Amino acid sequence: MFLDFLQYCGRLAIFAGVAVYHCLRPPIYFRLIGTQMLEIGYFSLPVVGLTAIFTGMVLALQSHTGFARFSAEGAVATVVVISMTRELGPVLAGLMVAGRIGAAMAAEIGTMRVTEQIDALTTLSTNPFKYLVAPRLIAGLAMLPFLVLVADIIGVFGGFLVGAYQLGYNPATYIHSSWDYLKPMDVVSGLVKAAVFGFLISLLGCFNGYHSRGGAQGVGQATTNAVVSASILILTTNYILTALFFNK
Amino acid sequence: MTRQPKIQLIDIHKSFGHKKVLDGVTVDIGTGESFVIIGGSGSGKSVTLKCILGLMRPERGSILVDGREVVGVPARQREEVMKKFGMLFQGSALFDSLPVWENVAFGLMQGRHMDRRTARRKALEKLAQVGLGKDVAELSPSELSGGMQKRVALARAIAAEPEILFFDEPTTGLDPIMADVINDLIVKCVRELGATAVSITHDMHSARKISDRMAMLYHGKLVWVGPTADVDQADNPYVDQFIHGRADGPIKMEIRH
Ligand SMILES: Nc1ncnc2c1ncn2[C@@H]1O[C@H](COP(=O)(O)OP(=O)(O)OP(=O)(O)O)[C@@H](O)[C@H]1O
Ligand SMILES: [Mg+2]
Repeated sequence: MFLDFLQYCGRLAIFAGVAVYHCLRPPIYFRLIGTQMLEIGYFSLPVVGLTAIFTGMVLALQSHTGFARFSAEGAVATVVVISMTRELGPVLAGLMVAGRIGAAMAAEIGTMRVTEQIDALTTLSTNPFKYLVAPRLIAGLAMLPFLVLVADIIGVFGGFLVGAYQLGYNPATYIHSSWDYLKPMDVVSGLVKAAVFGFLISLLGCFNGYHSRGGAQGVGQATTNAVVSASILILTTNYILTALFFNK
Repeated sequence: MTRQPKIQLIDIHKSFGHKKVLDGVTVDIGTGESFVIIGGSGSGKSVTLKCILGLMRPERGSILVDGREVVGVPARQREEVMKKFGMLFQGSALFDSLPVWENVAFGLMQGRHMDRRTARRKALEKLAQVGLGKDVAELSPSELSGGMQKRVALARAIAAEPEILFFDEPTTGLDPIMADVINDLIVKCVRELGATAVSITHDMHSARKISDRMAMLYHGKLVWVGPTADVDQADNPYVDQFIHGRADGPIKMEIRH
């Protein structure tokens, strides 16, 4: 059991190494990177946006009722903005994208594997790592920070809506206290996390798809594995990164 | 045809788990020769081709292409070797994310960096050779029938006019007339373009028509190799049973336990 796990990690690490190597070496398929960026970045906007706005809203509501117990309602805006940018933006966007994109990648590449399309690529002198894996890794790495930035803005806006229109804070004061206590590091750390998560989502989607076998069932299994392992890795690395960033 | 062999297989062994599929396959395939492998379903014919292409790695043995070892060569060198090959997969293996013409032109655009316009013209030309018109070119592979997919896959395999062509059951699933068109096309590729062809087929009519030499794979070994003209006087009980399609003989189907 433990040995299996180690073997899995080893294979994943080798896969990641080979994939990164091929990201850096020509030929680089810019058209494919573009398509993937559109798929990951643009078409994930609705899902990520909805998640973010409701998270921001509920965050404002909860911290308001919580802080009211010791008359610290003034901190609501700050709490919303810091939790959104540092933690909830990257983690929730990462988890949503893992479900949407990681699964799609595993299913597509897995189907290509079991129908011998990956073998066909090789016989046409095209390296599957360059053609399939590298564009997805690059797009994941580049687009997740963008999505998280959007999620941060929408989430904070959601908090503002609840704060200003439901809880009766002064809109100007709310915006001020959001802004005043926000440090660049809060946002930057969130974006760095996002880039790492984007890489992990694409990596696990491609890895599981690439090694899937055994027809439709195998592809289904690969898809599940991609989403579950990406989600777990996102939560684990999130803790590690937070510890690294804010460990004083 | 007896210059240096194009492809040499020397004592190839390949198993999956405990199941031995290839058990010492040895054969030379000459330059410009059309070679056909026959044998029962599941006897390892497709596996043999995949081993030569490096898609599977044999446990033992050596494969030489133009005198150079290809087993276990690194990926970059493998890409170079692959430029010599064109392969028609048994299941077609068309890229379903690309339209038909881009499938055919794939090797031209990716491997040989031909520009899209020229590649497209070339692709249409190849599609016409396998009896498919312009209207098919923009469709997605999933919109085609099985036989049409097979013909697109054939067009893709020959598009770059490679030195070595592998056809895994090129005529299965085609009507007899179209099958004969494909047979003629394969013969043409070998005769006119000077390609070396290795085909797998169950269709004895097609096998006789396209091959210079035939080999029969049984229980992981080539039990018979010889010129096509000799196949009827092969004096080999396996070959005899196979070409006459008899249920009784030395080849026992695993249905009668
Ligand atoms: N990827 C694989 N994993 C495990 N076993 C395999 C794999 N590919 C092939 N085999 C086994 O190897 C044997 C030979 O398979 P192969 O596809 O070469 O048969 P074939 O001669 O091409 O048959 P057919 O004429 O039906 O296509 C089969 O028994 C099959 O079970
Ligand atoms: Mg086969």
